[in-house]
Amino acid sequence: MDHHHHAAAGVSVSRRQFFKISAAGMSATSLAVMGMAPSTAQAEVRQYKLSRATEVRNTCTYCSVGCGLLMYSLGDGAKNAKQEIIHIEGDPDHPVSRGSLCPKGAGLLDFVHSPGRLKYPEVREAGSDQWKRISWHEAVERIAKHMKADRDANFIDKNADGVPVNRWLSTGMLTASASSNETGILTQKFMRSLGIIATDAQARVCHGPTVAALASTFGRGAMTNSWVDIKNADFILVMGGNAAEAHPVGFKWAIEAKKQRGAKLIVVDPRFNRTAAVADQYVPIRAGSDIVFLGGIINWLIANDKIHWDYVKAYTNASLIVKEEYGFDEGLFSGFDAEKSKYDRASWNYELDANGAAKRDPSLEHPRCVWNLMKAHFARYTPELVSSLTGSPKEGFLAVCQHLGETAAPNKVGTILYALGWTQHTVGAQNIRTMAMIQLLLGNIGMPGGGVNALRGHSNIQGLSDLGLLSTSLPGYLTLPNETQHPTLADYLAKNTPKTLLDGQFNYWSNTPKFFVSLMKWFWGDKATADNNWGYDWLPKWDKLYDVLHMVELMHQGKMNGFIVQGFNPLASFPDANKVREAFSKLKYMVVIDPITTETSSFWQNHGESNPADPAKIQTEVFRLPSTCFAEEDGSIVNSSRWLQWHFKGADAPGEAKSDQEIIGELFVALRELYKKDAGKGAEPILNLSWPYRDPKNPTPEELAKEMNGRALADLFDPKDPTKQLAKKGEQLPGFALLRDDGSTMSACWIFSGCWTQAGNQMSRRDNTDVGLGNTPGWAWAWPANRRILYNRASCTPEGKPWDPSRKLIAWNGEKWAGIDVPDFKADAGPDTGMNPFIMNPEGVGRLFAVDKLADGPFPEHYEPMESPIGTNPLHPKVVSSPAVRIFKGDRERLGTHKEFPYVGTTYRLTEHFQFWTKSVRLNAIAQPEQFVEISEQLAKEKGIAQGDWVKVSSKRGFIKAKAVVTKRMKPLAINQQTVHQIGIPLHWGWEGVAKKGFLTNVLPPFVGDCNTQTPEYKSFLVNIEKA
Amino acid sequence: MALQSLDILRRSATPTATPQARTPVEVAKLIDVSTCIGCKACQVACSEWNDIREEVGSCVGVYDNPVDLTAQAWTVMRFAETEENGKLEWLIRKDGCMHCADPGCLKACPSPGAIIQYKNGIVDFHQENCIGCGYCVAGCPFNVPRLSPADNKAYKCSLCSDRVAVGQEPACVKTCPTGAIQFGSKEDMKEVASVRIADLKNRGYQNAGLYDPEGVGGTHVMYVLHHADKPELYSNLPKDPAISATVSLWKGLLKPLATLGIAAAGLFGFFHYITVGPNRPDEDHEETRK
Repeated sequence: MDHHHHAAAGVSVSRRQFFKISAAGMSATSLAVMGMAPSTAQAEVRQYKLSRATEVRNTCTYCSVGCGLLMYSLGDGAKNAKQEIIHIEGDPDHPVSRGSLCPKGAGLLDFVHSPGRLKYPEVREAGSDQWKRISWHEAVERIAKHMKADRDANFIDKNADGVPVNRWLSTGMLTASASSNETGILTQKFMRSLGIIATDAQARVCHGPTVAALASTFGRGAMTNSWVDIKNADFILVMGGNAAEAHPVGFKWAIEAKKQRGAKLIVVDPRFNRTAAVADQYVPIRAGSDIVFLGGIINWLIANDKIHWDYVKAYTNASLIVKEEYGFDEGLFSGFDAEKSKYDRASWNYELDANGAAKRDPSLEHPRCVWNLMKAHFARYTPELVSSLTGSPKEGFLAVCQHLGETAAPNKVGTILYALGWTQHTVGAQNIRTMAMIQLLLGNIGMPGGGVNALRGHSNIQGLSDLGLLSTSLPGYLTLPNETQHPTLADYLAKNTPKTLLDGQFNYWSNTPKFFVSLMKWFWGDKATADNNWGYDWLPKWDKLYDVLHMVELMHQGKMNGFIVQGFNPLASFPDANKVREAFSKLKYMVVIDPITTETSSFWQNHGESNPADPAKIQTEVFRLPSTCFAEEDGSIVNSSRWLQWHFKGADAPGEAKSDQEIIGELFVALRELYKKDAGKGAEPILNLSWPYRDPKNPTPEELAKEMNGRALADLFDPKDPTKQLAKKGEQLPGFALLRDDGSTMSACWIFSGCWTQAGNQMSRRDNTDVGLGNTPGWAWAWPANRRILYNRASCTPEGKPWDPSRKLIAWNGEKWAGIDVPDFKADAGPDTGMNPFIMNPEGVGRLFAVDKLADGPFPEHYEPMESPIGTNPLHPKVVSSPAVRIFKGDRERLGTHKEFPYVGTTYRLTEHFQFWTKSVRLNAIAQPEQFVEISEQLAKEKGIAQGDWVKVSSKRGFIKAKAVVTKRMKPLAINQQTVHQIGIPLHWGWEGVAKKGFLTNVLPPFVGDCNTQTPEYKSFLVNIEKA
Repeated sequence: MALQSLDILRRSATPTATPQARTPVEVAKLIDVSTCIGCKACQVACSEWNDIREEVGSCVGVYDNPVDLTAQAWTVMRFAETEENGKLEWLIRKDGCMHCADPGCLKACPSPGAIIQYKNGIVDFHQENCIGCGYCVAGCPFNVPRLSPADNKAYKCSLCSDRVAVGQEPACVKTCPTGAIQFGSKEDMKEVASVRIADLKNRGYQNAGLYDPEGVGGTHVMYVLHHADKPELYSNLPKDPAISATVSLWKGLLKPLATLGIAAAGLFGFFHYITVGPNRPDEDHEETRK
């Protein structure tokens, strides 16, 4: 700071300096007087540095807004010029970002050129305390040998019942949600052929509960609307997320709604964040009490008759009648098995008539119709209870109710923007479910400006979810077969092909066999035949969910030997990092594929209190393989609103770094060679895997993208008119409607079908024409079928007219559905057919009652976080936290109580950060250099902590040390007649990178997850704080 | 004026008249504090475009990083927490050069051509002509210019004159996620501001207004403030900025006389310059440290 003082006051320079500079000043003046100045006074601005640089289009690699980039590199492409990216800025043509980039995107240049970029393969030998450079050849050979040895020793080909299960549990793999779809789909093929089911992408620690909640309500698990569409909202609620900080450029459209429509914005959050800084109103809430708040809204809407009745009656299951056995008492739904901590969900369903259709009472009078059960369930959530359990002031809660309530009118629409503030709880899926129900009650689903907008995290976390890179998934939201449910193909198809529950419904999952057989044709090529059930037996069959928590638990028990980590930093990302480090220390081998250094790859290093490891005692062989980053590859990624956007390479990667596709290609070819030479266990799926790539060691993005779309394997004719040819053998398919279950089509991911057709790559389309309401159907390509707003049939009355003529998306024109969006509906099914808008649900309607789709109840219910600051649940004191939680024995012992740890800790990202990468990015490190926590002035005073002091924050599991930000933006809350303080804990610190070294924040949260998806409870746990 | 890439209005310490025939459009940057989310994209984009990198600092208990403007940080976000009308507000102001119509820095600058005011309103520093005297620092009513410890030359926001010269908006403007920073003709920016102010008044901010202070002849960086009556709430934005009396006096009255009267001293300086080279006060600075 010294130079500031020097600079800020000409007066503080020494006398000698003053004399000299005065003289110089005078000399200058006199020079001018003597007419000698012009030569020195010529002026020119700095020359424009991009004039002949090469411009390449790309997509930002950070969050799921998917902003367009212009990357500029040195050289004009001549062979003798080595391209070097010198500048990155926003693409003004991009319909969402319109040239903007947030602080992360704006600093991408320093990511591409980070000093942390890996340049060549390295190994850390067992017990060693250093990295050693090795060749790619040595790396691939050694890794393949490890894999084969472990697989041969531990592969399970058949289970006890003789069912072929082909699984390999002793090596796990994490996949990268910032990698392209092409990397993702190749990795899916690679892993499943080996039998890996201990696998997850970042979705598991991120938006897993979103998929569970939205799919169980609406039929699909994705953000319903699009970024630009937010501008069509009259009211915007930001809760369970912090859109301005986590998705700044997407948030542009919330600001547009405010500016152009006069929309109101309310933020409900444990802290006054940067979204709140531009909101009309901020309402505080205790972390982990969202269902109380949202349940209270449902109760208020019903009590005040703020219901879009026509919508609710026609498009929800309000009138359907629930089985007599269903019940809810003292915090438990019917069917609870206390021993197993699990529900038998049989009673959570509709009462069926003789034809298998759900019974309904359109008058809503039946005591067991969904409407009346819902009304009774939420009657307990009074405004007084809300205030007492959430700490939100009553008037703040009522303001949210009133604003939302206004959108029950057909011409008023409200939206919700949320993210991990809702997902990362033991009740994560149910938080989202509650909001989804509210939006159904208000008729805001399918509407422009409405929806339930899950703002996804990584740039391609949506894509990796779509491609099924989760333990028990397959591409296109097909499930991986389960050993007891689906021992045979017939079982699989029977159980995954639902029958309609109401007459006349589209029930799109009735097409499951077409999607699945086309997928099998992609996996096994010509080896998949009708006679061998399309290679069904070669697929791994799961017994349990091997989510990240389960994987780490198995490692901790010494039951896993290998771990392949592709673009993921689990040591920093998983909860209870001390346990995670211990778990990794028991592995035989670990392979880290990443563009930059990560704490995971150096988990064995000693970094004092922040990573007390002893390298000599850790026998894990760690391989670190350098991969390309976004700027150095072609490919597609899927943004939060399901747009598949293609990006282009701007320069070569540094050093010897290779693309993920090449790394996977080399590993697979090496393994296949080993199995050809020396057939070990389970060789069949490896040897029969279709690997038709021109260079088997380096499949190209184009080859893989075309496979995702799918092609005809035989000439295809119209089933209604056999003379009409729809596609020739070998042609790319126009969409999933042509998929067949007879082996005549292949598609790696049915929902992506249409992305690369005979007309070429649809994902690289750049027509940004706004055809109305901000919709740009000519830009990139959206799944499914280029539909931009999901369930858009619900934007019209049952008769086919828009609820709000000023928000006309589609309408029935007498012959078909048409408008500015692709109908998310059967195009020729007129209003008189009685077909309903939620075409993925067999009943065709949105579910207020989730039937048996979720593990922890058909209605949401408030349960305290596993670590509760009040230690009770006033709604039902005998059932404090969720009864359906899965928690491992040792982890239950690592839970703290509010007596020992009185404060609520909640973790989050800062806008300057993205995960643990931006630590390696100088521009972002400058903007947010050092670890801190946020506390209220009241707590600071109680603890004698001043602004900028070092503090120690500890939980039952570990501690961090950080600076204190003492702020008015955190306030103590009155909860259940006691004062509760919350401590805000920004997340993205560690010891790798150019920022100030910090602690792994995730030593603090507990090792327990959402009941449905096991997404960890990072958002609400107990801590203590003291001056360090 | 062979090297002229934007039309020049005036140059520091240079009485020679500038060409006057052309009248390019007057530009302005409008910063709408009421839609600023303090994300610092502008800070990052500024440093990226201008090839400057401040040192990685530390957290001093607030979100402000870098904690102040420097020769390597030409714009910083300043965060202020205040309770107005019983409601907590987090006022986040992007700080940097205001590009005054009547620039105190230029008036104070004794080095010919070190500070240039272009006719479009941009005030630009030309480091090759800067002698590191720091007068611009004292002359600035907003405390913006900073001397670099590396070369003892003064630096500040150029309003991306290199981009504007080829018809582009400044880097900070382009990147701003929420559109809180806009760029265009000063006239258009005032129009945009008036719409924003009307919206803020509708939302209950009765004193919303435009910050375009007359004391410096108006600025080419303007703010929309929710509390225009209290600019000091925004991390001490000056209520009535003006060029200090000393600078005005020096330039307005004394300078013509002084320049004649002390021509001899000036000549000494001239010969000092051509025989010894430019002054390097940072060497002296080192000396004083010892």
